[in-house]
Amino acid sequence: MDAKAIHEKLAARFGEKIAGVSLEVLEPWVVVASETIAEVAAFVKADPDLRFDNLMCLSGVDYPKEKPPRMEVVYHLYSYTHLHTFVLKVHLPREDPALPTVEGTWSVANWHEREAYDMFGIVFTGHSDLRRILLPDDWEGWPLRKDWVDPEFYNGMRVKPTQQMMERALAGEAIGVGPFDFTPPNRHAGE
Amino acid sequence: MTLATDTTSYGWQVEDLDTDEMILNMGPQHPATHGVLRLELRTDGEVVRGVRPHIGYLHRCFEKHCENVDYAGVIPYTDRMDYVAAMGNSLGYALAVEKLMGIEVSPYLQVVRVIIAELQRIASHCVAVGTYGMDLGAFTPFLHLLRDREKVLDLFEWTCGARLLYNYNWIGGVSHDLPEGFARATRDLLREFDAVTFPELMNLLIGNKIFVKRTAEVGVCSPETAISYDLTGPNIRGSGVPRDIRKDQPYCGYEKYDFAICLGQGQFGPLGSCFDRNLVRALEMAESSKILHQALDALSKMERTPVHEKVPKRAKPPKGEVYFRTEAPRGQLGYYVVSDGATFNPYRVKVKSPCFTAMSVFHVLAKGMMIADIIALIGSLDIVLGEIDR
Repeated sequence: MDAKAIHEKLAARFGEKIAGVSLEVLEPWVVVASETIAEVAAFVKADPDLRFDNLMCLSGVDYPKEKPPRMEVVYHLYSYTHLHTFVLKVHLPREDPALPTVEGTWSVANWHEREAYDMFGIVFTGHSDLRRILLPDDWEGWPLRKDWVDPEFYNGMRVKPTQQMMERALAGEAIGVGPFDFTPPNRHAGE
Repeated sequence: MTLATDTTSYGWQVEDLDTDEMILNMGPQHPATHGVLRLELRTDGEVVRGVRPHIGYLHRCFEKHCENVDYAGVIPYTDRMDYVAAMGNSLGYALAVEKLMGIEVSPYLQVVRVIIAELQRIASHCVAVGTYGMDLGAFTPFLHLLRDREKVLDLFEWTCGARLLYNYNWIGGVSHDLPEGFARATRDLLREFDAVTFPELMNLLIGNKIFVKRTAEVGVCSPETAISYDLTGPNIRGSGVPRDIRKDQPYCGYEKYDFAICLGQGQFGPLGSCFDRNLVRALEMAESSKILHQALDALSKMERTPVHEKVPKRAKPPKGEVYFRTEAPRGQLGYYVVSDGATFNPYRVKVKSPCFTAMSVFHVLAKGMMIADIIALIGSLDIVLGEIDR
């Protein structure tokens, strides 16, 4: 099925829960209301004409400059039966983004959703094992958000040079936690 | 955010364990985990009751880096994801950005890209199959295959000066044209591969009775599980699903070449076992050789075109987004590239790495195995940790 037919089918089934659509782009997509995504996912997998049995990719994207500012979760779907593709998007507020998990429909979503949580702080309600996946467990903050600022310290270790250290580095000095006063002992002094 | 990290959500606690059970850490420095992978095994004697993979030891912030360099600057970073098959990574990214910008490279360059990608597939599968044999105690095939991989790397070095991380496929072209005499040298390599290495591999390793006994009934993955967990490439074809992006959504003119999709047969045990996945990789090398012969024939009838003709001075795609996937040696490699149309940097690059999804099925396949078979399972999924952790 082409994108237009898929959109019509979804619109007929879910009505105004399909909040937006864009078919004139490289990858046609529809926007799904966040609370409905699990039902839509189950529907597009089970429907014999659509049969999207494969979730190719699940990505988070942060759009702080849009009006209103939003966070997006993008689902790239593929059908091994009909060999067609489609894209679902969910718009979320940037404050406390949360939406239902689709882990029950596509098992692979488990790790993809953990990654989106890890990088963007998007909470997938009902997820069986929502914890960080790539970053350390004690990491603080969501690094792929656009307003992310590198931390100065990680577990008490300085990971970002101070202004003073930068100035010294630019002046050609070796920087570090020092300055150390270290001169190698001259073993041949007495000779 | 209340859902911060607490280690109580790790699934099992010490109190949950039976008296006979034990938590065993495998990795991250275990040689058979193919990199820095840590597996937390819940074992009952030799039997594995559950597995918890811990990844992220090799995380290098690929996606964050991409947002801070321009479009062409991403390519060296893509090389460093799957460092065993770097050509395939940069090809996928270059094609994604080209689709976004509406660039179509010349037929000559398409053939060059196919030749490079298929040579890389042979080199990558040499490592995959060779180290798999080594994991299971067969050391000789590894040496034979690495010998042939070395010849492919020599060709790459001759072409672009690098042996591992190439920065070769650029947006709109490639960095260097193929040198004079490249076709003849490649044919020499293929002749030896077809006549010696491939039959030798099939006799020494794939048909070896010990090897078959060791792998044919281990790690069985049904087609439904494979699709649901988004296994791709040789892994899903090992389960008997005949899907290949080179056939289904051809790129770089793959529709012009005559080659077969290799499938697991299940001739020594259930379909979708470790043996089948490994067999598919071995057979794919012969198919790649077939494609290469055809591509070299096509190349001999073609006029050379300048390789930098369509490379943009500074890429600035229009506002939009694209998801492009290619058949990398380890499976479908997808790039989701978002452009805001205003800056020279990508707004967002997300990689769907085939190894990442292959690793996510691990705990399902590993349940109920013996510890020694875990090694066989890791190798058969052919993971590269650089790509899982990115």
